[in-house]
Amino acid sequence: MSTTDTSDVTTDITTDTSDVTSEATTETSDVAETITETAVTITIDGRSVAVPEGATIGAACNAAGVNTPTLCWAENLTPVNVCRVCVVELEGSRALVPSCSRIAEQGMVIHTDTERVRHSRRMVLEFLGSSVDLSQTSDLHHWMDIYDADCDRYSEDDHDAKRVDEPVKIQDELYIRDYSKCVLCYKCVEACGDDAQHTFAIAVSGRGFDARISTEFDASLPDSACVYCGNCVAVCPTGALQFKTEYDLRQAEQWRPEDQTVTRTVCSYCGVGCNLELHVQDERIVKVTSPSDHSVTSGHLCIKGRFGWQYVHG
Amino acid sequence: MFGAGGGTSSYLEVQEADVILLWGSNAREAHPIFFHHVLKALDSGSRMYAIDPRRTSSAKFADRWLGISVGTDIALANAMGREIIAAGLHDRDFIARATTGFEKYKAHVEVCTLDYAAQVTGVPAEAVRDMAHAYASAPTAQILWTLGITEHHNAVDNVVSLCNLALLTGHVGRRGSGLCPLRGQNNVQGGGDMGAIPNRFPGFQDLTDPTIRAKFEAVYRTQLNSVPGKHLTLMFEAMAAGELRACYVIGENPADSEADVAHARKLMADLDILVVQDIFMTRTAEMADVVLPASLAWAESDGTVTSSERRVQRVRAAVPPPGQARHDIDIIAELARRLGFDWGHPSAEDLWEELRSLSPMHGGMSWERLEASGGLQWPCTSEDDPGTEFLHDWLWADDLRGHAPAPFSITHHVPPAEQLSEEFPLRLTTGRALDSYNTGVQSRGYVSPIRYGDAIDVSPVDAATLGVVDGERVLVSSPRGSVEMDVRIQPDIPAGLTFTTFHFPELVDANVLTNDEWDRRSGTSEFKAAAIRITKLNSENSENSENGSKRPTNQASQANQDLERSREHAPA
Repeated sequence: MSTTDTSDVTTDITTDTSDVTSEATTETSDVAETITETAVTITIDGRSVAVPEGATIGAACNAAGVNTPTLCWAENLTPVNVCRVCVVELEGSRALVPSCSRIAEQGMVIHTDTERVRHSRRMVLEFLGSSVDLSQTSDLHHWMDIYDADCDRYSEDDHDAKRVDEPVKIQDELYIRDYSKCVLCYKCVEACGDDAQHTFAIAVSGRGFDARISTEFDASLPDSACVYCGNCVAVCPTGALQFKTEYDLRQAEQWRPEDQTVTRTVCSYCGVGCNLELHVQDERIVKVTSPSDHSVTSGHLCIKGRFGWQYVHG
Repeated sequence: MFGAGGGTSSYLEVQEADVILLWGSNAREAHPIFFHHVLKALDSGSRMYAIDPRRTSSAKFADRWLGISVGTDIALANAMGREIIAAGLHDRDFIARATTGFEKYKAHVEVCTLDYAAQVTGVPAEAVRDMAHAYASAPTAQILWTLGITEHHNAVDNVVSLCNLALLTGHVGRRGSGLCPLRGQNNVQGGGDMGAIPNRFPGFQDLTDPTIRAKFEAVYRTQLNSVPGKHLTLMFEAMAAGELRACYVIGENPADSEADVAHARKLMADLDILVVQDIFMTRTAEMADVVLPASLAWAESDGTVTSSERRVQRVRAAVPPPGQARHDIDIIAELARRLGFDWGHPSAEDLWEELRSLSPMHGGMSWERLEASGGLQWPCTSEDDPGTEFLHDWLWADDLRGHAPAPFSITHHVPPAEQLSEEFPLRLTTGRALDSYNTGVQSRGYVSPIRYGDAIDVSPVDAATLGVVDGERVLVSSPRGSVEMDVRIQPDIPAGLTFTTFHFPELVDANVLTNDEWDRRSGTSEFKAAAIRITKLNSENSENSENGSKRPTNQASQANQDLERSREHAPA
């Protein structure tokens, strides 16, 4: 890779990670200069990639155009590296390393498509797929195909692989909890906790196969600390947490993402100016999210922004 | 403040503030996503002081809660100023270069000792001292406030008392330090910016300046009235005097939201004509002679709104409006046509382009730039101007870049207009709850599992004295009227104080109780301080207390369905 290419990559990364602010034009160029000075260069699948100091291997993979599967990583949450789907091989490292959280260091040599990586990713996907329902996990089936994952191979004629099988928890009209879809990625716990909401209404309770996301003492949601911001729902990758509007449409077999439009606007309540993405199907709002790269919300909303739109349709 | 009507800092900057004074604001519930930025600051070690009569959900995140008596903010601010000066913690260089009136201020606050503050505000002297020293010593510090400062009869004095503290310490005009009022509605900042203020044109330009007026007259092609108009409170006074006989209300529900609302309703009922343009059949719309159904400004129409950090952002139509509802611009243009003026059919973009040709602080915000960016913060004067992250950096320039120095203000503690008495011995203050909003026009449209309705929060001590239990239906009376409410016993409210929201006027007419005494400069009524008494209902009337309080959600939902029907059948 030529020097020019490297600096382009660096600039791209800087733009991606900077917040969308009105100062973007001037500030970004300043920052880019600074970061170029402290960039680290690593090799990914034989390509040399420069990234700002502090960037993860995962960010470097993105810059190099190498897609990496993940369940537990999100740009607005601290990496917890629990899903292990994103592991890569780092030369000199005994174990595979999670690309979502491992910081790139000068001179690292990374392989993302070795047999060892493929084998590990396949096994992780198979274990997850054999124990919980991944049918609504976006983007995962693509990776299942790539790695030839066979989630049924742990079941035999006389026994099935153990699965989490629980009734869907429906307590109100705002969101549902379907823990037979939960991969324990911790995103909801993080969004409820100190990555955003600071409500700390949920955590992992139980151990081993019985581990579940739970409110304190498994209290019903209205009796828990939950304030219904829905930030947990917004980050859930598997549909284990789902807006009731989406759940109802799916039950009626009327959930059609391909027919939905997404319009960016501003919340109608207080004066903070949170950006909303209105997901509209058949001229009705069916879901509200917020862009995770916006400086005001970082993708998070409150109960009014997330659920208070229903008066639009009555 | 200092010549511009907006908060000085950006939200991201609060993350860099070493000390945060959250003054008269329950941002955790009223501005939850702004509070996320505050939480990031606290996570990284910032120190927060919450100044509020109630130990709110915001105050629970603070390092210290200062439980101030309602309406004594000026006494507290002046005592802080006095302590900062006495301890030598004021920024002498900044004061000399960028301010005027310091000596007079110093002499004025000299009597406001810590003991004086403790006596007047109820905040322990040590806590006042601690907050004063922390604020003045911090490398960066911000004061954030909301309606706890402005919904008083001396609102402007409250605000400038806080500004004094920033001038004293140099905590304004530089990154991380600032003064930030958090706006209550999604476009209350934009409304003011666009000239919905009696004496200002768009961009806060002076209506009485002939040069400015000529500029607008040339574009508007008409002669403009040079006499400032009336703000909402003055309009009601003019109605009372019989001078104002017709009213055109757009997107406001004064029949529920005004202080001493029974009086306000009577004045509106006596008008010759009331026209209401709204998205729902609000109580105000029900009183109207003509109702103009409008489309939603944020989901059925294109346009812009401006947030508390002066950020202009696009709103966009995502769904079609129901029935005969129309864009506010269409309605106004059609009205103009029937009055004999053909304005054509301007789009939101057309009007924006006209606005930015007239308002220098919006001059650089082309529609294209707004479309592409995550918003632009004014002032943004040219197309290569990235916008302004924080205001008033001229305060730090040696020559102030031609600005006049910022003046200290002299403010006096004046207690709330309505004093407690034997007849009305309890203080009532009002505010907002997380899941509901203002008079409920929008928020009653969804069923919130955490909604508790407009109960009256009473301290355990007062509840014991009154002999009332949690959920008991009581009669709450102020000098203006009485309403029945359910008691909610709240350990986070001090004895002598009561609190209610006003989100369910169809169930509890809370603003019958509030005081319409108002600030002569801002026009804001003193919602935050009424005097009330609580009376037990006699046993035959207290069935609800036997059954426990009703959850309001079902009733609210029913009320919403009623409104929905009205919306669909709103007259054209």
